[in-house]
Amino acid sequence: MEEKKIATRDGFGEAIVELGKENPDIYVVDIDIGKSCKTGQFRKELPEQYLNVGIAEQNAAGVAAGLATCGRIPFVVTYAAFGSMRICEMIRQEICYPKLNVKIACSHGGVTPANDGASHQCIEDMGIMRTLPNMTVVMPADYVSAKALVKAAAAWDGPVYLRFTRDAVPVIYEEGETFEIGKAKELRGGNDVALIANGDTVRLALKAAEELEQKGIAARVLDMHTVKPLDREAVLDCIHTAKAIVTVEDHNIYNGLGSAVAELVSENSGARMRRIGIQDQFGQSAPYERLLEMNGITVENIVKQAEELLEQKNRG
Amino acid sequence: MEGNSIRELKNTAVDLRKHVIDMIYKAQSGHPGGSLSVADFVTACYFQEMRVDPKNPKWEDRDRFILSKGHVCPAQYAALAMKGYFGMEVLDTLRKEGSMLQGHPDMKKCPGIDISTGSLGQGLACGVGMAIDGKRRGRDYRVYVAVGDGECQEGEIWEACQTANKYRLDNLIVFVDDNGLQLDGTTDEVMPNINLGHKFQAFGFDVYEIDGNDMEQVVAAIELAKTVKNGHPKCLFAHTVKGKGVSFMENECGWHGTAPNKEQYEQAMKELDSQYTAS
Repeated sequence: MEEKKIATRDGFGEAIVELGKENPDIYVVDIDIGKSCKTGQFRKELPEQYLNVGIAEQNAAGVAAGLATCGRIPFVVTYAAFGSMRICEMIRQEICYPKLNVKIACSHGGVTPANDGASHQCIEDMGIMRTLPNMTVVMPADYVSAKALVKAAAAWDGPVYLRFTRDAVPVIYEEGETFEIGKAKELRGGNDVALIANGDTVRLALKAAEELEQKGIAARVLDMHTVKPLDREAVLDCIHTAKAIVTVEDHNIYNGLGSAVAELVSENSGARMRRIGIQDQFGQSAPYERLLEMNGITVENIVKQAEELLEQKNRG
Repeated sequence: MEGNSIRELKNTAVDLRKHVIDMIYKAQSGHPGGSLSVADFVTACYFQEMRVDPKNPKWEDRDRFILSKGHVCPAQYAALAMKGYFGMEVLDTLRKEGSMLQGHPDMKKCPGIDISTGSLGQGLACGVGMAIDGKRRGRDYRVYVAVGDGECQEGEIWEACQTANKYRLDNLIVFVDDNGLQLDGTTDEVMPNINLGHKFQAFGFDVYEIDGNDMEQVVAAIELAKTVKNGHPKCLFAHTVKGKGVSFMENECGWHGTAPNKEQYEQAMKELDSQYTAS
C-alpha cells in the first residue's frame, strides 16, 4: 500500500479553522507568510479573528500578548526560525514571563524546508523554547496528531510553541486518535531497546523497530510529541525496563529531545543511550531525505545505534 | 478644565515625585531621572483622564496604561498606591524580595499593571494588541502608552506604529517622553532621533507637540487626543526634563539609574516640598 503523506502544517491549517469557528476568542496573528503556514482558510472565513501585521515578527508577539490580556487566545503564525529566534526575547518578556495564553505556531520546522536552505531550516528552536520558564514545546508527528495537538494547545492554559513540517510526511495515526500534551504515545511495545522520537522522525523509528524485530530485537517506540513538559514517567520506564535508549529528532543534538531524555538518564543511572539528530551543523539546499541522511537520521543508523547499545548492555 | 484642578494636579505631581524619591532612596536602587520626567503625564492620566477602578483592576472596560519604558515604574507605583490599588506602605518594598513592586513592572504581581514591561521597545506593541481588541469588541476604553525617546531607537516601536496605523487605532495615545538623555549619554551622542515627532506623523499618528512637564499642556493635549475620532492613533510628543523637579538631577545623565544618598535625598525632598502651589 502506498504511504499517504501530508505536511503537518496542513493539519494546523484545518484545526485552526475548526477552533476559530467553535471559539470566537481564537485569533490568528499572521506575519505575511500566512499562505505558506496554511492560515488562508481562517483568514477567509474568520476575518474578525484575523490580523496580519506584516513582516514584523517582534510586533506580532507583542500584539498577541496584548490580545491575550484581553482574554483572546492568539496564535502567532510564522516559520520556526523566526518564531523561536527572531522573537525569542519578546516571547520571554511579554508571553512567558506573564504566562499569557499565546501560542506560537510554526511551520518549517527542522530541515523540512529542504531546498529553501539553511536560513529557513530550523534546528535550534525546540531547545531554545524549552529553556524558557512557563513554555510548553510540542512537535506533532503527522497530520492527524497535528490537528489533535493544535486543539490541545488551544485548551492548554499558557504559552505553547508548536512546530510543524513544511514537507509532507507519512500519516501514521488513524483519524480519531487522542493526544494529551505531556503524555508520550507508545506506538510499539518492547523491552530490549526504546526508540524515543518526535515529529517527522517518528516514522523512521517505527521502520527501524520493524527491522530490529527481524533481528529478534524488541524495540519500544515512543512518540514524544511534547519535549516540555517531558513525560518523565514514560522515559523512566524506558530507563528501568529497556535500559537502552536511542533518541531521534529533526533538531540539533544539543538541547532538544535527546538532551531532555539524557538529563533524566543522567539523574537515574542504569540506562545507556545514543542521540540521533542534526550534528550541530547548518543545512543546505537539498532534498529533505538527503539532509536527514547527511546527519545520520536514517532507519539504518537507528538500527545500528540500537544494536551497538544492546551489545554494550549484554557485555554489562 | 478649571485652573483649580490644574493646581491640584500640579500638587499631586509633587506628591508623586516625592514618593518616587522616597522609594528609590529606601531601595537604594532604581531610576529617578526618567521617573521624574514622566511624572506629570502619569499624574494627568491617573488623577484626571483615565477611567479606572482601583477596586477592580481587571475591569474589562478600564483604560489601560502601559509603561513601555518600564524602568521608570516608581512613578506608576506611586500613582497606583495614591489611587488606592494597594496600601501606601507597599511603596517601601520597592525592589525588595517578595515585593509586588518588582524592579520592572510585573502584571502578575502588582494590581493595576496591565502588561509586564522592562525590556525596551515592547510595550507599545502590547498596547496595540489591547487597542485592536477594544475596537473589535466595540469597547470604548483607551490605551495610554509611555515610551522613551531613547526607546524609540528600538525597531519594534516602528513595527507597532505601522500596525496602529493599519488598524486605525484612535483609541491609542502614545506619550513620547522626549527628555533627550539615555543611559550612555545624550540621545544625540548615542543615536540621534532624527525628527522623532515627524516620524510618528509619517507613521500615521496625529502628533501633538507639548511641554510634557507643563500640566496644563499635558491635560489639554490628552483632552484633544481623546476627542478627535478620525482613525489616527495619537502621539503626545512631549519635551521633558530628565530628573524634573530636583535641581541637581535635572538634565544629568548620571541620574538615569542611581539612588540618592542621605544628603541628596534630604535636599531633593526639600526642593520638592517648595513646589506646592497654594490656592
